[in-house]
Amino acid sequence: MATETQTAIEEIEPFEAAEEIKDGDVVLIDTREPHEYQEAHLDGGKLVPPGLLAGEIEAAAPDKSARTILYCRSGNRSAVAAAQMQGMGYENVASMAGGILAWQEQGLPVLAAEGMTPEQRDRYSRHTLLPEVGVDGQLKLLDAKVLLLGAGGLGAPTALYLAAAGIGTLGLVDDDVVDASNLQRQVIHNTERIGEPKTASARKTIEALNPDVNVVEHRMRLDASNILDVIRDYDVIVDGADNFPTRYLLNDASVRLRKPVVSASILSFDGQISTFVPYEGPCYRCLYPTPPPAELAPSCSANGVLGVMAGTMGTLQANEVIKLVLGVGEPLIGRLLLYEALGTRFTELKVRRDPDCPICGEDAPEIPESEMGQFPDYELFCAG
Amino acid sequence: MATVRIPPVLRPKTGGQPEVEVGGATVGEVLRSLTSEYPDTGEQLFGEGGELNRYVNVYLNDEDVRVLGGLDTAVADGDTVVILPAMAGG
Repeated sequence: MATETQTAIEEIEPFEAAEEIKDGDVVLIDTREPHEYQEAHLDGGKLVPPGLLAGEIEAAAPDKSARTILYCRSGNRSAVAAAQMQGMGYENVASMAGGILAWQEQGLPVLAAEGMTPEQRDRYSRHTLLPEVGVDGQLKLLDAKVLLLGAGGLGAPTALYLAAAGIGTLGLVDDDVVDASNLQRQVIHNTERIGEPKTASARKTIEALNPDVNVVEHRMRLDASNILDVIRDYDVIVDGADNFPTRYLLNDASVRLRKPVVSASILSFDGQISTFVPYEGPCYRCLYPTPPPAELAPSCSANGVLGVMAGTMGTLQANEVIKLVLGVGEPLIGRLLLYEALGTRFTELKVRRDPDCPICGEDAPEIPESEMGQFPDYELFCAG
Repeated sequence: MATVRIPPVLRPKTGGQPEVEVGGATVGEVLRSLTSEYPDTGEQLFGEGGELNRYVNVYLNDEDVRVLGGLDTAVADGDTVVILPAMAGG
């Protein structure tokens, strides 16, 4: 059967394929399985697994008259696919004899997943299949250091997805212990861990999910005397703090050290998220120059919060972090995204840099460390 | 008429309504219409001198009124005025 189909189609040698590819105007199709593609593939090769050919080939090769070269591991699957495509009306299809094995034997170049172990190539294959991530992007994620302020409602889902994504180092700042009332939304903890420090509980879940992640526990409360040392070694900071003093303190310190902050907050059925990249966009104080008085700043413990809201906003934070690390897409810089869960409605507002901002404004003097996060009316802060 | 989006912390002052339709040709007039209809919202929005409280962000559609004309910014029929408080829940 395979022999018959091979006689009915054009076969070319790897060196011939290489010449045609070099001359351009060739559609190159890889007819293997995703895990094989991950390990090594030809530059420009588009993956169309044999079982999906009928459904996906027209998207990968829309022009049926274009020169199309197919390859697989050793030349059998690509020959079958070539015959199948001819039957679908493709006019100029060739199968590369000997497949990628013969190509490599002749010393021709491939794109290989170097720098990742076989286990990592498998674990992150759904990432590396995305052109926006690829092997290079996954290596960036594995190399990234991300600090989460709070291992609570927002921090729990953010940490889970960042750990799954293979963020190499996850720092967790929290001085609290797991309480039964946390478990309605803080999905990184569980019933058996009630009473354990949240950072230790989160570490167990993360390590069970992905052994690639190095978890750093910061079991402490941040203040002006320690924040610079804690955040200094991280690439991106995720603000899921439950109180205004920490949010302003983090802003002032992160602007000083030029660290991007993905900031979200939740209350009842409402969430807000923005990404603050110092001097590239506004900072938290540009958006909120003054914290509200206590009666306008109720906490989740006083007002309640829909548990899944934390998941929605936390996963949006993880999405922002991954985009910042990869350098792809459009982060929420200068944009505040509001989510209202009862109406299932998203609203986007513009946020401008404030030229008079006391922290990131053009003429803002560098404040002493003891003044970071401070306000004249400090006692009006709601303590979460 | 303009639509005013009420944040969760102010909804107890508007009978729980997340949106209120009120009249007014400027942002200031729209907010004054709101406070005359729901007087309890007034002390949260305005200071003693009648100015907008510093901790209240107000947007006309998607733009901060601080970069438009403040309370004098013209409001057209069908515009949305968003009252936005900082939230710290995590």
